[in-house]
Parts: sequence; C-alpha cells; structure tokens
Amino acid sequence: MSVVEDGTLKSPKRPMRLFRNPMAKLASIPMILTAVVVFMGGTLWTVVYSFTGSRLLPKLNWVGLDQYERLWDTPRWLISISNLALYGACSLVLTLTIGFFLAALLDRKIRFESAFRTIFLYPFALSFVVTGIAWQWILNPDFGMESLVQGWGWESFRFDPLNDPDTVMFGLLIAGIWQGSGLIMCIMLAGLRGIDEDIWKAARVDGIGTVKTYIRIIIPMMRPVFVTALVLIASGIIKLYDLVVAQTNGGPGISSEVPAKYVIEYMFRAQNLGQGFAASTMMLVSVIIILIPWAYLEFGGKKNA
Amino acid sequence: MKLTTKLLAATAIMSASAVSAVELEVTHWWTSGGEAAAVGKFADAWNATGNTWVDGAIAGSGGTARPIIISRILGGDPMAATQLNHGRQAEELIEAGMMLDLTDVAEAGGWTDIVNPSSLLDSCTLDGKIYCVPVNIHSAQWLWLSHDAYEKAGLDVPADWNEFVASAAALDAAGVVPLAMGQQGWQQNLAFGAITIAVAGLDAWRDVTVNKNADTARGPEYTAVFEAVANARELARDSNVQDWNQATNMVITGMAGAQLMGDWAQGEFSVAGQIEGQDYSCLPGLGLNAILDTGGDAFYFPVNDDPEITAAQKELAALLISPEVQVSFNLAKGSLPVRGDIDMAAANGCMQKGLGILADGGILPSGDQSLSADTQTQIEDLMAEFWSGDMPAADAQARYADLIASAD
Amino acid sequence: MPDIALAGPSGPKPKKRFSRANIFLYGTLIMVSMYYLLPLYVMVVTSLKGMPEIRMGNVFGPPLEITFEPWVKAWSEACTGVNCDGLSRGFWNSVQILIPSVILSISIASVNGYALSHWKFKGSEVFFTILILGAFIPYQTMIYPIVILLREVGLMGDLGGLVLVHTIFGMPILTLLFRNYFASIPEELFKAARVDGAGFWRIYFQIMLPMALPIFVVAIILQVTGIWNDFLFGVIYTKPATYPMTVQLNNIVNSVQGIKEYNVNMAATLLTGLVPLVIYFASGKLFVRGIAAGAVKG
Repeated sequence: MSVVEDGTLKSPKRPMRLFRNPMAKLASIPMILTAVVVFMGGTLWTVVYSFTGSRLLPKLNWVGLDQYERLWDTPRWLISISNLALYGACSLVLTLTIGFFLAALLDRKIRFESAFRTIFLYPFALSFVVTGIAWQWILNPDFGMESLVQGWGWESFRFDPLNDPDTVMFGLLIAGIWQGSGLIMCIMLAGLRGIDEDIWKAARVDGIGTVKTYIRIIIPMMRPVFVTALVLIASGIIKLYDLVVAQTNGGPGISSEVPAKYVIEYMFRAQNLGQGFAASTMMLVSVIIILIPWAYLEFGGKKNA
Repeated sequence: MKLTTKLLAATAIMSASAVSAVELEVTHWWTSGGEAAAVGKFADAWNATGNTWVDGAIAGSGGTARPIIISRILGGDPMAATQLNHGRQAEELIEAGMMLDLTDVAEAGGWTDIVNPSSLLDSCTLDGKIYCVPVNIHSAQWLWLSHDAYEKAGLDVPADWNEFVASAAALDAAGVVPLAMGQQGWQQNLAFGAITIAVAGLDAWRDVTVNKNADTARGPEYTAVFEAVANARELARDSNVQDWNQATNMVITGMAGAQLMGDWAQGEFSVAGQIEGQDYSCLPGLGLNAILDTGGDAFYFPVNDDPEITAAQKELAALLISPEVQVSFNLAKGSLPVRGDIDMAAANGCMQKGLGILADGGILPSGDQSLSADTQTQIEDLMAEFWSGDMPAADAQARYADLIASAD
Repeated sequence: MPDIALAGPSGPKPKKRFSRANIFLYGTLIMVSMYYLLPLYVMVVTSLKGMPEIRMGNVFGPPLEITFEPWVKAWSEACTGVNCDGLSRGFWNSVQILIPSVILSISIASVNGYALSHWKFKGSEVFFTILILGAFIPYQTMIYPIVILLREVGLMGDLGGLVLVHTIFGMPILTLLFRNYFASIPEELFKAARVDGAGFWRIYFQIMLPMALPIFVVAIILQVTGIWNDFLFGVIYTKPATYPMTVQLNNIVNSVQGIKEYNVNMAATLLTGLVPLVIYFASGKLFVRGIAAGAVKG
C-alpha cells in the first residue's frame, strides 16, 4: 500500500482509483487477460481473418466475403450443418424427454434409487472418445448388436447404423444420449425434489391423475430447470466433435461430418485458414442467435440471480 | 570449385558427426505394419551412427498427421525432421523461411546426379535451393488381386482392370466382396485417380490435373471415368472397413477379390508372408497402361536455432538417401528407391515391374505436386461423398469440373 | 460398481409389491439400466477375452477363459508406429497435464471469485460478464489465436502449453462457482475481519479458504473429469511425445496393424475411462453436486 506518490494531480486525501485494493486487482489479472485477450481478442482476430485469403499462414490479404460465399456453396459444410441440426433437434428432444422421464421414475419413492442414479449417470464421467469407441464396437455389424440378434435365430435382422449414410447420425445419437442424459436426469431430479409435497397432495385431492399432474402442473413449475437443461444441451451440441472423430470420423463418406470438424480440417488439413475462420465465425453467429433470445427471456424481463 | 564446396560440406558433416550424440525427433505417419517396419530401418541406421532417433509416429493417414506437424512447426516447436509428401504441401512453410536449406548437403552428395526421376528433386526445390530429401517413390495406380478369392470363384486371376470388372459378378456369387475399399476420402480419391488414367488415358488426365482444364473434365472421357467409378462403387458396396490396410487385409485373407491401392500395399502382403504370383498379383497401371505416378515421401527439416541440431539434421538428411539405407528402407516399405544407381535385385516381382516402368519413362507427376492441399481436400470430400452414397455419376462429374475450374 | 443387493431402501416401502404400476416402474428402470450398462459390460467382457474367442464372434457372452493379457498389452505394449509402449505414456502425460492444470486453474479461479465477491472494483463486473459470455463462444473461434499465443510464449507442444489452455478454458465456470459461493458467505464476517485489519490475502487464507472446502472438492471433481476427458485441445496443442491419454487411445484404436485387436482396444478404452470413473464412484453425491454446480452456468 505504499505505492502512492507519482506526481499525481489528485487530491492527497483520496488514494488514486487505480491503486485502491491493489491486491484484488492483481488477483484479477488472469481473469482480465483471459476475458479480454483470449476470449475477446481471439474471437475478434478470427472474425477479422475470416475476411482474408489466408492459406497456411494468416495473412491480411482481404478477399471480402469470398470465404463465406464458398462456405455456403460447399456441400460438405451444408451436410455438416444439416447433420448438426438433425442431431441437435433429436438430442434436445430425446435427452430432455428421457432425462425427465427417468427423473420422474426415480422420484416415485422407489427402492435402490441411488443404485439406479449411479447407473444412469456414470457415462457422463466418461469422455466422448471412450463413448465413441465403445459404441462403435457395439454397433459393429460383425460383432455387435446385429450379430447378437442374428445369433438368437433372427437371421434377417439388420442393425448397422454406422455404415449407412442415412442412419449414421442416429448411431451417433445413441451414443451421445447415452453419455449425456444422466446429467439431465440429475438436474431434473433436483428440480422435482424442489417441488412442494403439498402440490401432489392437492392434485390427488382434486382427483388429477399422475401423468396429468406432471404435464399440467409439475412441468410448468419446472420451467427454470428446463431452461438450464436446454442451455446445457445446446452448448454441448455445438461442440460436437470428439464423439464424431472417435466413432465415425465423419464417415461413411462425409455423411456424419459436423461443423466443428469442418473448421479443424480446413484450418489444418486443407491448409486454408481463411475458410476455417469463416466456418468458425458462422458457428459463433449461430451461438449468438441461440443465446440472445435466451438471455432476453432469462434476464430481460425480471432480475434473476 | 564444385569439388571444394563438396569437400567443405562433407567435412562439415563429418565434424558434426564427431560431436556428441544428438537426439532428433522425427515425425511421420507410417503406422501400419509394413510401414512401421520400414521406419525401423531408418531408426536403426540413425541409431547406429551413435545418435538417437526419437520416433514421433502420428497415427491415421497423412490427413490427420499433416496438420499436427504443420501446427507444430508454425507453433515454434519444430521437430528435427518430418515426413511430408513433397510438392505443394510445404510451399508456404519454405517461403516463410521455416525449413532448413539442404542445398549444401545435396551438392556434397551429388543428389542432382543420382536422384531418378529428377522430378523428385524438382519438387524439393524452390528458387534453386533444395529443402527436402526424397526417400522413396510411391505410385498409386496399382490393382492388387487375391488368388485365394479367384480360386473360390473358380476363375483365372484377371490381367487388367476390364477383366476384373467382368469377373466381379462371379466373385460376388462366390461370397467374395469384389473390391475392397477403405471408407476414407483419400483412398477413394486414389481409386478415382487410378481409374481415370486407366479409362481416360494420360492426355486427358494431364489436361485436367496439371493444366486444370475444366472443359476436359466435363468432356466425354471423364464421363466414362465417372461411370466406371460409379460401377466400382457398386463392387465395393459391401466393404465396410475404414483404413487402407484393413482393406488390404481383406485381399490378403481372400475376403475381397481386389483392391485399388498404391504400391505401399506391398508391405502388408510381405508382413503377412504372402508371395507375389502365388498368393496375390499386382497390376501396375491397372494392367492397362504402363504409367505410374512418382509421388512419394520426402523428409523436411524445420529450421532450428541450435547449431548442433542443425548439423545433425544435415547428417540425417545425407543418411536417408545413402545407398544402404535406401535399399533396406524401400524393401521393407515396398516402395521404389529414389536413386537410380543402386542394386534392387532383392526386390520382388511387383517392385521389379515398377522399376521397369520407371526405367522406360512411364512417369506422370503426382496430384500432390500439381494441386494445392485446399483443392485436394475438396476433391477428397467430393469423392468421399460420391463413393459412399448414391450420387449419380453425372452430378459428381459436374461438381468435379467445378472444382477443377476453381483449382489453384 | 455399487452392489445393488447391498443398497438399502431409501424411501417408504411401496404399498403393494407386485402392483401393475410397480412392475411397470421397475421393469422400465431395469430395461433402461441395461442400455446404460451394456457398453461397460461389453467393454469389460471383451477386454478379458483372447483374440480366438473374439474371432468366433462371442461378444456379449462372458469370457470362456479369462485373460488379463489384453490389459497388459494395452497398458505397456500397444503400438502407434514404432512406439510400442502402450497407453502408459499417455497416462503419465495426462497426469502431468492434470495435476498442474487443476491446481493452477482452481487457485486462480478461487482467488478471482473471492475478489469478485468481496473486493469488487470498477470494471470487475464487466470483465466477469465477458468471461462468462466467453464460456459460450465455440472453441473453434479461439483455437488458432491460441496457437499464436502459445508460440509467442514458447509453450506450443509442451505439456505446459496444455496446462495454460486448460486454465484459460476452466476459468469461466470455476470463477462463477467460487464467486457465487463466496458471495453467500455473510458480509459481516468479512467486515469484522477488515476491522481487525486483515488484508486481502489474510482474509482469503484464514477465513474464506477453510469455509470453502466443499466447493473446492466440487471444483476438483469438475476439473479432473473435464481435463482428463479433453480431446480437442490435446490433439491440437500437443505432439506425439506429449499426447494425453484420450488422444493416444484414439490413435491406438484407430491405427490398425493387420487385424484389429478388439480386446486390447477395449482394455485401452477402459483404462482411459478408469480415472474419471474412479472419481465418480468414489465421490458419489459430491459428483452430482459438482455437475449440478456446472449446470448453474446456464
């Protein structure tokens, strides 16, 4: 606290603004650097360079919107986008449904609740690489599910999602839901536990059935929980990368490509940085499009901690 | 004058090797059985000089490994040496001054006289300076046939691509997958290239790949090519493997009749103990034309601040192209040596066929040398889509022509 | 795995044991449990079989003859290229990445969260908001700038570089976690300490730190699983010698020499999943708290 005089013009009574609680500021330097330099600076840098024709090395040779025009003209990018949309929509709906359904079952005062919860949640501890490899193995037609069912005598049984361009995204979905639904279940369960017992009693008195009570009363009450779960799932979907690399590596052909993989491969493999930057900027834009309405809903109307 | 520079460089190398042992990290993507055995030859030779080879194998195809290699060089953490396909991949890195100039080593070793075909050295050269050591010649236009599979089908082993296509129905009926194909873009693109040369001929190929003439790509020769590929796609329908060596393994075990793959598949057959002419056959140029490309692998040496490492890098460069190492490496790898002056009598039938074609001058440049990585990636993506789906041949041709029109 | 038979009843007994509703309830739960357990089961049994048995196509049955060879092979012999030292190298790399990353990211974030809750200064909330928004930016937009950053500080390809990257990307969620926790500590406690003349660090170490132990455990669980499971940063910012375990696993499984050794692959996969699984089963409820805390960021 001895760093004061510096030939300042300020009145000696008030210590300089900059040096008030210096330790807190010192401690915040890593955060400030991360926020400003890496997050803001890095993102801006990428956006700026997406308007250049950078190939292997970043160069400031402006090409306007060329990279974007090419991007939206590239079949692989369009496939990536539609794959992500399909995966995202299914994953959102199924994860929420399964998560809520399981939480509701576990909330019925059952025996062995913690055992079931442990089983549903353990995949979340595993990485996407492990998840992808495990499911690649189970969905393998020569060794996995298909051969098992055929071994039971149902010879014509076909279940080979990973080798069919039309179904490969569902193969990924099976694995993705396996990994992530436990988390949503946990959040839903916490939400259900937060609901007053009296509501159930009141519903019973009024003669409302269990299912109806869930749909009419409980779910609307759990809106914040659903929103949290939604944001959580959505932010995971856009990052979809490791699972694809480990499980299908984009195949067969390019039928399970996703945007994150497009970015990495154009930046590094195709040595076309500008194209990779343009694609990542589009990812950023889509996140912003999702985020703004949510932020508006969440923080716009009322104050919410 | 020339002699003195040679001597100077030679003494520089000698004095470098006199210095204490140096650890050099070498990155490459040679991870299949035959490839790993070949790298072992390099490593042994280098370790025998008293230095240490630190192996930096990166699994997956070049498509996976290259970005890792390049981002490390750009990231200021260069390895001592790295495999890259020569040609345009390293252009920008050289221009940015990130690669070690090997001109003195090359002059000392008289590379310009010994490297055959000389085009290999040309693609290592930028502005009159040499930046890489070619270590082998690989050609992509080979058809590999399983004798076992043809025995099952009760047919003679085909002598060219057309006979193979004709035999496919019989293979299928015998429960054999006619064509083994790994589901990766580069393999599908390789098969496309091989079929192109076989079907459309050299002139059309050159006009499209080297001159980037999109009109030819839209023309009737290429229509025939795309139809042939669409047909091949049907023959490979039941081949679900990913990696090229898994596909080769299908041919080795007789599960598949044939595979279109570069001459490096040779290494897999050797590792499996198979004998050419008895267990399998190879048809360079798909048996239709005696032309092979001369792609191949080269080693680049990223610039390093440590003079000791720089000296060791030059020593390694000279070692990789030395006669003994060339022989042992290429025998293991199944590729052809880059020197015209060494005895490859130990090579088997397939390699001899390849050597013969090269000696007769049946050479065309590899696509790596004429198309940028960006264009290459886009074509691979197109091929991946074409091979794995139901895209009509005409659509694929139109899109291919568009890519050629915008190629650089 | 927890033994189901040993877990005690946790709620009041259902009225009728075999009512139709109960059969539906437990039937569904057991069916669903099978879906969740199947991969683990298949991985375990496959990893204990020899290759001949696998070639026979016996994937789902228990091993006829139990062998631990695949585990040994996965750990110490599996090859990528001429490196045949198995996953052990990746394991130790991951440990060397994990420990400093966890310590560094949590110490920085906890001090940060503390400063943000009790020592607010002008602009602190602005930076904090940027930081939190940063958590939503796709990593892809920051990958290349970080390559440049690491190059400038000379850490590209080093384990240290990866530690830095994990510290950076762990910061938003951890800072939020600690800020919210410290903010819930009564202001009076803090003021009393100030009156006693305690400064920034003394209050942190003597008052805040001891009270915040549970949240530290939560943060550790969150970071250990997150960093151990990372693949994207591991694949971009390292080199073969410093590959973390997940990247090496993908290399071993997806680089084939001759025949795919599924049993070794599965053993390798299980080995890679072991650390987070142990954390998960050992931490129990705290893990749930950890991920619930992670969920608060929404």
